[in-house]
Amino acid sequence: MSRSVAVLVASVAAIAMVLSKFIVPMESAETTVAEWFNAAAAIAFVLGGASLLKMNLLAISARGPGWGYSAVTLLAFLATLGVGLLKVGVAPSVAYPGHRMSGSTDAEGGALWWLYEYAMSPITGTLFAMLAFYVASAAFRAFRAKNAAAMFLLGTAFIVLLGRTYAGVVVTSWIPADMPWVSWLRLENLSAVIMSVFTTAGTRAMIIGIAIGVAATGIKIMIGLDRSYLGAGSGGGNG
Amino acid sequence: MASHGGQPSFLERLDRMDRRWIFLAMFVAVAAPILWVGVTGKTFPEAPTPAVQGAFDAVDSLPPGARVLISMDFDPASAGELQPMATAIVRHCVLRGHRICAMTLWPAGGPMIDGTMQDVLGDRPDWKYGEQWVNLGYRAGFEGVMKQMNSRVALAYATDVRKTPLGDIPLMKGIEGIADFDLLVSVSAGYAGAKEWVQYSVSPTLTGPRPLRFVAGSTGVQTPQLIPYYPNQMAGILGAIKGAAEYEFLVNEAVRKADPNAVVPAKFQEAQRRMAPQLFGHVLMVALIVLGNVVFVGLRGREARA
Repeated sequence: MSRSVAVLVASVAAIAMVLSKFIVPMESAETTVAEWFNAAAAIAFVLGGASLLKMNLLAISARGPGWGYSAVTLLAFLATLGVGLLKVGVAPSVAYPGHRMSGSTDAEGGALWWLYEYAMSPITGTLFAMLAFYVASAAFRAFRAKNAAAMFLLGTAFIVLLGRTYAGVVVTSWIPADMPWVSWLRLENLSAVIMSVFTTAGTRAMIIGIAIGVAATGIKIMIGLDRSYLGAGSGGGNG
Repeated sequence: MASHGGQPSFLERLDRMDRRWIFLAMFVAVAAPILWVGVTGKTFPEAPTPAVQGAFDAVDSLPPGARVLISMDFDPASAGELQPMATAIVRHCVLRGHRICAMTLWPAGGPMIDGTMQDVLGDRPDWKYGEQWVNLGYRAGFEGVMKQMNSRVALAYATDVRKTPLGDIPLMKGIEGIADFDLLVSVSAGYAGAKEWVQYSVSPTLTGPRPLRFVAGSTGVQTPQLIPYYPNQMAGILGAIKGAAEYEFLVNEAVRKADPNAVVPAKFQEAQRRMAPQLFGHVLMVALIVLGNVVFVGLRGREARA
């Protein structure tokens, strides 16, 4: 029953969006559905939090491998949620100085701001920066010129890697920049050609392919044939 | 596989090299240039690509007082790449006297707006909130927010972050839909970001009476997905830290052109300062790929002979 309702809501919303583009009196339907979407997206955060709680509480109660990580995750989640909801350390806003909760949740000096500035920001930045080390290791062990295609890929990688830095300018600075028939061979120009010609062509092909796929999937969702978005056990699979 | 009386050969030892040596090499390749730039203050000259020049021109050609909507769709994870970009664009807008309306579609993007505005406007007390700039903050809904803003910005944002109704904010007077802005800028690290702005907000205006001009800055990973939209849907793209460095170079050159004695603070050269570590990091990557393949070919040749 609940799945049928979900399918019906999705179909009605999709049909309304399509019709709003073709029938003038229905133009406002697009905005209305967008409002529903925004409300649903906000509620999804609550569902996401509930799901996080459930999964990690289950992991802790099962005492399986790595349950300690779940405990840390829960602790961090609840602490962040708590200081955010209660606006711990947040000064009242200028407009409403008499109301303690009138300040912005993430105002500078507040506990949530402190967590963001001194915990989340350095942690996520560090995780992202660590990619450089793993990519360097992979560069040594995995990028092998085993066949012609791999050699081509490696050659392209060299040009783009060097062409996106000052090394590209230095290495091919002997090629005259004012002679168009040879200047494209300079690494920085060659890199730009690869990006603007080959990458663009490949990406356009993918975008067109994806767009056709999205349109086909959209029609299937609209008529209730595709229920895969309802998750596992939806009974509809992919048509 | 061992040779010379059971002793592993040089190639074999290289092949089994502890990856911590590679990590150390990468650390040195990045750290040494950072220190060098910090001590000397020197940066590499940049030659702006057409896409970056297009972005610069789109901002530069607007008349003073033009209203620019800047969506900072990123979080601290990609701030290393995108923060200098956001700072350079906001600074360019301020130097040109444009009015800025900032927003974000990312839950963790709010402080990125605060940090950027603080960096650029920290020494500009004359830049009044509500008149020259406004912070709309974060709104949940991704492309849903874009679609609402297309028809009425107030549908998505009833108030700014200071809880002031949009109608009471002088900068927002006369702004009904998103096309009423003179330029849209998205500094984005992924979904929802520049690509969605093109699909949901920019493209629908292109056939209308008031096409929305759009400039995007993105991470290196996302840039190839955006290039097909340049130059028709996008006036320009800043791709990764390299694009940010080129843009920053153009802005700083404009500053120096206006005042040859102007001193550009280090905080406005962040992208250019990051090009040296990027250079040595890339050169190390190329060297590692070459070395890895030398080992691979050498060992394969030995296997074939054996």
